[in-house]
Amino acid sequence: MSAAFSFRRMLAMIGKEFVQMRRDRPTFAMMVGIPLLQLVLFGFAINSDPRHLPTAVLDADHGPFGRALVAALEASTYFDVRRAVSSEAEANHLLARGTLQFMVSIPPDFSRQVARGDHPALLVEADATDPAATSGALNTLQELAQTAIDPDLTGALAALKAGPPPFELRIHRRYNEEAVSQYNVVPGLMGVVLTMTMVMMTALSVTRERERGTMENLLVMPLSPLEIMVGKITPYVLVGYLQVAVILAASLWVFHVPMVGNLLLVMLTSVLYIVANLAVGFTFSTLARNQTQALQLTLFYFLPSILLSGFMFPYRGMPDWAQTIGEILPLTHFMRIVRGVMLKGNGWSDIAGEVGMLALILLVVSLIAVRRFRRTLD
Amino acid sequence: MTAPVIAVRGLTKRFGGRTVVDRLSLAVEPGRIMGFLGPNGSGKTTTIRMLCGLLTPDEGEGTCLGLDIRRDAAAIKRQVGYMTQKFSYYEDMSVEENLAFVARVYGLPGARARVAAALERLGLADRRRQLAGELSGGWKQRLALAASVLHEPRLLLLDEPTAGVDPKARREFWEQIHQLADEGITVLVSTHYMDEAERCHQIAYIAYGQLLVEGTVAEVVASAGLATYTASARAPQASVVELARRLQGRPGIDLLAPFGAALHVGGGDAALLEQTLAAVRADPDFAWQRDEPSLEDVFIHLMGRSRDNFQGAGT
Ligand SMILES: Nc1ncnc2c1ncn2[C@@H]1O[C@H](COP(=O)(O)OP(=O)(O)O)[C@@H](O)[C@H]1O
Ligand SMILES: [Mg+2]
Repeated sequence: MSAAFSFRRMLAMIGKEFVQMRRDRPTFAMMVGIPLLQLVLFGFAINSDPRHLPTAVLDADHGPFGRALVAALEASTYFDVRRAVSSEAEANHLLARGTLQFMVSIPPDFSRQVARGDHPALLVEADATDPAATSGALNTLQELAQTAIDPDLTGALAALKAGPPPFELRIHRRYNEEAVSQYNVVPGLMGVVLTMTMVMMTALSVTRERERGTMENLLVMPLSPLEIMVGKITPYVLVGYLQVAVILAASLWVFHVPMVGNLLLVMLTSVLYIVANLAVGFTFSTLARNQTQALQLTLFYFLPSILLSGFMFPYRGMPDWAQTIGEILPLTHFMRIVRGVMLKGNGWSDIAGEVGMLALILLVVSLIAVRRFRRTLD
Repeated sequence: MTAPVIAVRGLTKRFGGRTVVDRLSLAVEPGRIMGFLGPNGSGKTTTIRMLCGLLTPDEGEGTCLGLDIRRDAAAIKRQVGYMTQKFSYYEDMSVEENLAFVARVYGLPGARARVAAALERLGLADRRRQLAGELSGGWKQRLALAASVLHEPRLLLLDEPTAGVDPKARREFWEQIHQLADEGITVLVSTHYMDEAERCHQIAYIAYGQLLVEGTVAEVVASAGLATYTASARAPQASVVELARRLQGRPGIDLLAPFGAALHVGGGDAALLEQTLAAVRADPDFAWQRDEPSLEDVFIHLMGRSRDNFQGAGT
């Protein structure tokens, strides 16, 4: 009687799997690479309590307490007072673009009012699109208010150290006043879903041709690589658009994400983003030898996309090298565009830079795809 | 005298250092059917792919339809019909959709009428809406042929088109091939079937990437210089297998093949073969008869010889 389970057969099976694994180098690399990647990303790159956030100070007081305050902000390591802005308009503009995370306005006469014990108001404006990015800094700010100017409270003013803070901190959260993280996550999700599905679908559809032998026929027909690429990509643009419509509808009517800016702008930039992802998928299909490899490449691309684009974790919480990787990922730019338009009401001029980056990525990736696509079976 | 449709010299292809096609030269006249024969892995598919520009030869040169195979690959592709060894149309598309796709890619005028005509001519009209993946082997092959001649190519490259197809479908397929040749299309067809080889105007036999013989069937048979005999069992106790064992490895014996109650014996050196057979011919259990070698005898003989050469060269 043959046993239902045989240890010998099992070992033979394991042996065979090892042999196959050794032959399939990319899979092997991926199996090692993905855990490594996750370790690196979760272990070092992710910082949900970002520091060194770009801050501008609008000092209308020019008094001693203002300077003490700036020093205290810097000492906390949460704030990088990088530049002085000259007008409120300029600061607002920089906040909208995302160049600044905070703006501190020191009102005129601040030092004098503190000295008088008037408890003047200090206005801090925060880009709170992503609540996680600012919460740590804002908490510190509260403590800071208590002690920031203590060293300067000498002599008669020493009495102010006790009791309520010498000035009143007024924090103004911009763009996502209620700190609803869904407002931040849902628009981001649109980019994430598109990344996964668009890249995977094209990568698979082209490798499938190769695997089934139909590519040989395509190549013998009078079709150029670009024709094949565009032909493969176009149907998926529609699929992608359907996804955009569904997610937009859900974010507006299910999650009640505010639509501060122009919906049309989101719809238009989505096309660019979808095509960029399809081009990435097509490039993958020129690298992968079969559908399994195509799927693995997609996953390999997807991981950094969600982790380093500012979707999952605040962009500013990442070290410089991670931010550099983030800059070359289309999702990073699309995420900024969608969040910017929906939550901050960004207009065309605010997002032009990000749109330009998307277009550049699309161009580079398409060139690689068309160049790599082989017209022969060599 | 018309120029040959295929004229290549010294065609060589290597994959990772291994020579798969070795200095192959071939010439095919217009309107001819050239049979391309050789064991599996001998380089038939690779040669065909080089002819239609799907692979770039490492060495060698030549023309296909008067166009340079290196420079004018794109132009060649447009005038060549290529039927791949593996079915390469879309199994998840209907017969008609596949044909329509091809017609559109080639930008054929009157695509709709052309597709309808092709469906009619090949008896596929009733199955036009059936998915290609649901067709049997014979019907798939008809579809593939219909699709590869849709753009009216002047040269048809068929890579083992009848593998796994039943005899009736094969016969009908060959009728179509002859019909096409009659219309002036030149055909290069690879096959393993001897009866198909005998239907060709001309055959070429390759092994290990080298062209061993080329010519008409009669020329190829004659050039092998093979002498063959058939020994038929006279008595029920006479064992053909036992006779084969007695002859195995003896001088002059290159070919031994039992056919039921008969044994086919052959050798390249007629005198030596005669000498060896003289001893066993006294056996009254078998009747001996000299006969004409078949094409199959010739190929099996060639295959054995080329293997010896190849191994000799390799070591
Ligand atoms: N793209 C390729 N890469 C590497 N080896 C190949 C490739 N195509 C074919 N070969 C090898 O070349 C040899 C000849 O193959 P092929 O031309 O398909 O022979 P045939 O069609 O006569 O059976 C085979 O050993 C095959 O494994
Ligand atoms: Mg073959």
